Amino acid sequence: MTSKLLGMCAALSFGLAAGSAPALAGATLDAVKARGFLNCAASQGTVGFGAPDEKGYWRGLDVETCRAVAVAVFNDKDKVEFVPLSGQQRVPALQTGEIDILPRTFTWTLRRDANGLNFTTPNYYEFTGFMMPKALGVTKVEEMEGASVCVQTGSTTEVVANDVSKEHNLGLTPVVFENSSALSQAFFSGRCDALITDAAALASLRATKAENADDYVIFPATKFMDALTPAVRHGDDQWLDIVNWSIQALIAGEQLGITQANVADMEKSEDPRVKRFLGVEPGNGAAIGLDEKFAANIIAKLGNYGEMFDRNLGKDSPLKLERGANRLFSNGGLMFPLAFQ
Amino acid sequence: MLSTLLDNRHVRSAALQVLLLVGFASLLYWLWSNTAENLAARGIQVGFEYLHRQANFPISESVLPYDPSDSFGWAYLVGLTNTVTISLLAIVASTVFGLVIALVRLARNPLASAMATAFVGGVRNMPLIVQLLFWYALATTLLPAPRLAFNPLPGVYLSLRGLYIPSVSLGPNGVTFLMLAAAVAVSFWLFARRVPLVARRASAGIAIVAATIFATTTLEPSVSLPALKGLNFVGGLRLSPEFAALMLGLIIYTSVFISEVIRGGIEAVSRGQWEAGRALGLSERQTLFRIIIPQALRVIIPPMTSQYLSTVKNTTLALAVGYPELGLVVGTVINQTGQAIESIAILLSVFLTISIAVSLFMNWYNAHVALVTR
Repeated sequence: MTSKLLGMCAALSFGLAAGSAPALAGATLDAVKARGFLNCAASQGTVGFGAPDEKGYWRGLDVETCRAVAVAVFNDKDKVEFVPLSGQQRVPALQTGEIDILPRTFTWTLRRDANGLNFTTPNYYEFTGFMMPKALGVTKVEEMEGASVCVQTGSTTEVVANDVSKEHNLGLTPVVFENSSALSQAFFSGRCDALITDAAALASLRATKAENADDYVIFPATKFMDALTPAVRHGDDQWLDIVNWSIQALIAGEQLGITQANVADMEKSEDPRVKRFLGVEPGNGAAIGLDEKFAANIIAKLGNYGEMFDRNLGKDSPLKLERGANRLFSNGGLMFPLAFQ
Repeated sequence: MLSTLLDNRHVRSAALQVLLLVGFASLLYWLWSNTAENLAARGIQVGFEYLHRQANFPISESVLPYDPSDSFGWAYLVGLTNTVTISLLAIVASTVFGLVIALVRLARNPLASAMATAFVGGVRNMPLIVQLLFWYALATTLLPAPRLAFNPLPGVYLSLRGLYIPSVSLGPNGVTFLMLAAAVAVSFWLFARRVPLVARRASAGIAIVAATIFATTTLEPSVSLPALKGLNFVGGLRLSPEFAALMLGLIIYTSVFISEVIRGGIEAVSRGQWEAGRALGLSERQTLFRIIIPQALRVIIPPMTSQYLSTVKNTTLALAVGYPELGLVVGTVINQTGQAIESIAILLSVFLTISIAVSLFMNWYNAHVALVTR
């Protein structure tokens, strides 16, 4: 839309003209503290990752990743302002300093990494999938010849759709949308045979927008997996560390068996790893410019990664997704806690 | 000495101009250096090398041929031709349709005139984006799935995938053939009019040469019929629901504004002109097209220019209904490459160029129809 493009352009010029401060190393934390809250990108409504609930409170895995960072900085999960951004708007918004952290089902790619962004720790591993009505009788990519596919612009799936079409010689016809509600309207009305995006987002759409969720089938588009990873601006190492270790705290918490319920008791643990993690033995928090107990605070306010997953995407959510690759490495997944020492 | 200089009006105004110029130049310099510095600090690459790299993303429909293995630069050009095409089609159709609405509104039949007034009022007060989404939702809910497509005539299918009709191809010599046919048509047109002998001789020459080529050109005409294959139709010509919704929305919206401009122009011509026409024994039609409208044009052209310019800009709303005009392509390129500054600069300069071209043409035309006063 014109207004959005102009907005992007205006944001760009103003951001560049006025916002030279955030470019300096360490400046993001100072700016966030001075402002009193964190600016965080949110999606325009993907239930499970980022969407306001009926009371207008933002929920979802990506949203809570931002909340974890807010707890690390302020010890308050609500000191976050969520900025709903389209796929196209999100990168310029981060580059120009409109937001401090971009955790919006954002795939870690080389060119994005090389161009003014730094990726932190992946908070979700996911394959790109197709969703199709069961009535069409298609259950795998090879059978999709001639299908028209609804695609959202501003995502890596545009390229994936083209790669898949070439690889299997399918002649897929794309119908590209900027607006996610027009996209799902077009798909559910039958304008396209298939919808392509991250499989979890497909599940989210199916659970929230389909008349009958059982009428639709989801299958992988490629054998490759994407790492959906929160990104920060290039050039501020301290802020990169803070976001990285906030996400790490969620994963390590699960590995150490620390939950929202038992975090207070665990402070009495004799396990040296737990003592270091919870800041009972100091050194970790101060090293990255945070409270010594930042990891303990995150678990106390939000729980660990497993609890967060179950609440937003897994068994306690309407989506009922399997943990799959998002299990801990010790359970055969890809979630891998680093050493808090 | 200084005070005498300052008292001089010309010196004072020149000094002011120079000051303004210096101020403007330093503002530009500051913007430029600040941008460059910040981009470097954030590790953002700048430059236009990416234009040659492979785009890799699909564009759903285009006037120019496009494949994802083409370059980003070509993708821009494809988006641009789409924008220009829909702008031109919308402008021409809205002008014709707008004239019709204006005439109906001015008609003596009260029912017709009231209906036109209501139509204008309704359409004018609804945002274009809402109308586009309305037409698109209508197209995608009313029409059947491809397997149940309406098939009113053999080879014509109407479904959610769009309207498919048979296409005719003239074979490899088709383009030459069509160009020659156009040359012959122009020659005959020149013949029919009173033009200088030289032009008539030249056109006769063209016609003879063309006729010889026609006689020796082999055409291999073939017809491609759309047919359901797999999940979709293959072959034939296709009109997509995205394009249809966009054109319908743009044309209806724009023509209503244009009809108001035209109506205003016609009403601005004094009633005496109508009476004079009747007194001369001209029919209403003749009076309208030969006396009233030529005079009304003088009032109509300047506001019409703004309408045409807004139409060109309004085409960027197409991305809401999934039609790939330049704005959508630019947005995608920004996301794939991160080259936001370059892409936005290209978008801005393209729209600036189109707008300036439209207004230059309209100003020329305005000067052409303006009343010559001596």
